[in-house]
Amino acid sequence: MSPSSLYSHHVLCSSIPLSKNVQSFFSAFCTEENIEQSISYLDQELTAFGFPSLYEESKDRDAKRELNIVAALNCMNELLVLQRKNLLAQENVETQNLKLGSDMDHLQSCYAKLKEQLESSRREMIGLQERDRQLQCKNRNLHQLLKNEKDEVQKLQNIIASRATQYNHDMKRKEREYNKLKERLHQLVMNKKDRKIAMDVLNYVGRADGKRGSWRTGKTEARNEDEMYKILLNDYEYRQKQILMENAELKKVLQQMKKEMISLLSPQKQKPRERADDSTTVLSDVEDDAGEVSRESVWDLSCAAVREQLTNSIRTQWRILKSHVEKLDNQVSKVHLDGFNEDDVISRQDHEQETEKLELEIQQCKEMIKTQQQLLQQQLTTASDDDTTSLLRDCYLLEEKERLKEEWSLFKEQKKNFERERRSFTEAAIRLGLERKAFEEERASWLKQQFLNMTTFDPQNSENVKLFSAFSGTDSDRDTLTVHSRPRQRQPHSVCRRSPVSTSKLTKSLPTSPASDFGQTRSCASEHSSSNALNITHEEAKPNQVGRECLSQSRSLVPRPGSQEGCYNGCPLTCTNSHVEEDNLL
Amino acid sequence: MNFSEVFKLSGLLSKFSPDGKYLASCVQYRLAVREVSTLQILQLYTCLDQIQHIEWSADSLFILCAMYKRGLVQVWSLEQPDWHCKIDEGSAGLVASCWSPDGRHILNTTEFHLRITVWSLCTKSVSYIKYPKACQQGITFTRDGRYMALAERRDCKDYISVFVCSDWQLLRHFEADTQDLVGIEWAPNGCVLAVWDTCLEYKILLYSLDGRLLASYCAYEWSLGVKSVAWSPSSQFLAVGSYDGKVRILNHVTWKMITELAHPTTINNPKIIVYKEAEKNPKLGLGALPFAAPRAAARSLSTTETKYEVASMPVSLQTLKPVTDRANPRIGVGTMAFSPDNYFLATRNDNIPNAVWIWDVQKLRLFVVLEQLAPVRTFQWDPQQTRLAIGTGGGHVYLWSPAGCMSVQVPVEGDFHVLALCWHLSGDPLALLSKDHFCLCFLETQEGPA
Repeated sequence: MSPSSLYSHHVLCSSIPLSKNVQSFFSAFCTEENIEQSISYLDQELTAFGFPSLYEESKDRDAKRELNIVAALNCMNELLVLQRKNLLAQENVETQNLKLGSDMDHLQSCYAKLKEQLESSRREMIGLQERDRQLQCKNRNLHQLLKNEKDEVQKLQNIIASRATQYNHDMKRKEREYNKLKERLHQLVMNKKDRKIAMDVLNYVGRADGKRGSWRTGKTEARNEDEMYKILLNDYEYRQKQILMENAELKKVLQQMKKEMISLLSPQKQKPRERADDSTTVLSDVEDDAGEVSRESVWDLSCAAVREQLTNSIRTQWRILKSHVEKLDNQVSKVHLDGFNEDDVISRQDHEQETEKLELEIQQCKEMIKTQQQLLQQQLTTASDDDTTSLLRDCYLLEEKERLKEEWSLFKEQKKNFERERRSFTEAAIRLGLERKAFEEERASWLKQQFLNMTTFDPQNSENVKLFSAFSGTDSDRDTLTVHSRPRQRQPHSVCRRSPVSTSKLTKSLPTSPASDFGQTRSCASEHSSSNALNITHEEAKPNQVGRECLSQSRSLVPRPGSQEGCYNGCPLTCTNSHVEEDNLL
Repeated sequence: MNFSEVFKLSGLLSKFSPDGKYLASCVQYRLAVREVSTLQILQLYTCLDQIQHIEWSADSLFILCAMYKRGLVQVWSLEQPDWHCKIDEGSAGLVASCWSPDGRHILNTTEFHLRITVWSLCTKSVSYIKYPKACQQGITFTRDGRYMALAERRDCKDYISVFVCSDWQLLRHFEADTQDLVGIEWAPNGCVLAVWDTCLEYKILLYSLDGRLLASYCAYEWSLGVKSVAWSPSSQFLAVGSYDGKVRILNHVTWKMITELAHPTTINNPKIIVYKEAEKNPKLGLGALPFAAPRAAARSLSTTETKYEVASMPVSLQTLKPVTDRANPRIGVGTMAFSPDNYFLATRNDNIPNAVWIWDVQKLRLFVVLEQLAPVRTFQWDPQQTRLAIGTGGGHVYLWSPAGCMSVQVPVEGDFHVLALCWHLSGDPLALLSKDHFCLCFLETQEGPA
């Protein structure tokens, strides 16, 4: 055995102990004695494997060949590299082997599993097949049972039928026997000349109809027949009449329906004509029929020919109407859907915008109202009386306006009266002035006389002068009194204006003269409105006006406090106050 | 509502005269005729034995008293109290007796239905009709009194004979296509005769006056069939109640079924009103003495007050489990009556014995159900109004009208079981019959509201 083979054997046996045994191995391979042989052996081996020779190239063949150390080292290096490579490759192979081994294990386990599964499913299948078989078996049994039952039923029915026939047969037999017996009994009982069978009556009574009984003859028989048929005929006639009546009514309904249908369908003639051809033909048919049917005589005919026509036309019309109604329904549903969609959109998107817009508008309106109020105030404070009154009056409702006109005329009259009075007063004053002038003249003349006589009565004169001055003072006083009487007359009015409740009390306390009272308060009212315009500042006047307006409204629609407050949120208190006043006025 | 005093009675024999003036009632062998207006006894007749049947003649002049046990019929005249008439059927026996519509003839059926003897009160003549059939309703007169139809049995076949009542002449004689005819009934107009077969077979035949078969109707086979038949007053409908618990209504034009009125045990239709009779709770606490309570509890149902309550849906009615292996099982519609104005039909299904079903004939649907505490014994329509009187064999009479219903206790000392009802012609006094008493119930108080 060669050392290389040994070596290779070792290598094959195990790669791991190699490193450990390398010393002993090599020592075994090459000893002091066999260096040459080993070298030659290695050389041989190496050249065989394609390595360069370990020996130096020598010129002569016979000369002893020398070991080339360089070559040997190179070879060793090569071999080592190779060895390393081999080891690496071996490692790789080993890992791969391992991997493959595990893979194989896995696959094997998989295989086993699948095999098991297969087995189980096979078993299951067998079980199912078994069950199927059993069920089929059962089914067969049930079928058999059903069949048996059916047979049974059939048999029972047959039995019932046979029993029935037998029963009937028996019954008949029994009945025959019974009849025989009855016959026998009848003979026995009736033919015995039973003394007992008798009627014991005091005296025979008259027939209910008062007639005598008639003999039975062929004539009576015929009469009876006649009567019977008469009764039957009457019944049939009665029924026919009823049916005719019913028919007539139904016809009437039909006619009306037809008319209505025609009137319903005719306005849509254009549309369907455009739409489809067949419908137009049908419609033209309808028109023809309408023309035909409108003749009353057709209705009274009621024969088969007309009936067919009629039913056909009605049918076609009905079809048209139905389709139309369906179409309408579709449209309606569509519209509904659309509408819902729109609604949705509005509620989600436009709603807020809309509300915002509305709020803005409200704001604007409020502002406008405010400015208007301001303007009004300014105008009221600055403008002349007539303008403001007219402006105010414009705000009043027509009714109020009328009333105010009346009041205005009243007031005017009063004014006229006052003016007349004043004139008379001025005249009186003029007269007084004249009189005074005359008097002064007189006095002057008198003074002159006095002056002339002065020398004699001095103190008396001074007293006289005093007296005169006092007299003149009273005169002027009287004048002022007459002038002041007007405001005094007015005083209750002003009271009325400032506290309407008190005036109402006043009017209440004087119920004896309601007419005059009314006039007074009426004038007061008119005055009060005008005086508002005339004397008082707007802040005072406004609540009253509003109150009046409120009144005019509240008279028409009485108890709506909410709306009032909503409209005149400025002064609910005065509003109610004036309400009280108005109540008392009316 | 007023009640008369209680009068004695036997055998539920009390009848108003057809003209409505008199009231005949029997106590054992005595027959008392009272005036309805005063309730004074007008005549008192004494018969030879206990009276088993009475009948007024159509003109209210005569009363027939039958004593079946003795085979005797006695006739009394109202105009001539001393007039008398006695008919003895002798050994032939007697099982039924009735007036002919003219009020001058009496039809006596002998025992075993051997023959019918027609006795005349005007002449000595006696007629015999052989082979009458022993059945539920074998004789029927038309409403105008002209014709009589008679069911006959010869050679195991059913025949129908139509007689002219004025002279007892046979007008028509024809075979009926029935297995075992049970009843015949003229339509109110007198032109159609309804014939129904035995309960073993559902079969209704309709014959014209002249004997033609107009139609035949069969709803089903192999089961118990017709139990009751009723014509509507207008002759327009024929209601057929059967053992399957349904009423089938046939029309008079085609004689086909218009509708089927089932009698379900549970009612779950909010359109239908179910009136349930309920006991009124005794007023406890309010003045009721504590020791009175046991006595009140001891009182029977006939004396406790009851009232109607509208039951809430769904309502399940009390049913009776029928014994199916006995003859004449208590199932099916056994009693039916049309209201005189044709608008309503009252029915009773025998396995729901406590309920009366009132059907709207115009709409052909159930209208009202009255559920009583006890089985309904009898009901009858007021001949003038749509008003139904119901008796359950207890101490109450029940009235229903479309406006509502009420339960009235008969104010009588002791027990009074309303076993039968009888309306007066004008629909005012209502006679309530118990086993041995009767009283009249005046619905309209003459004094006005009091």
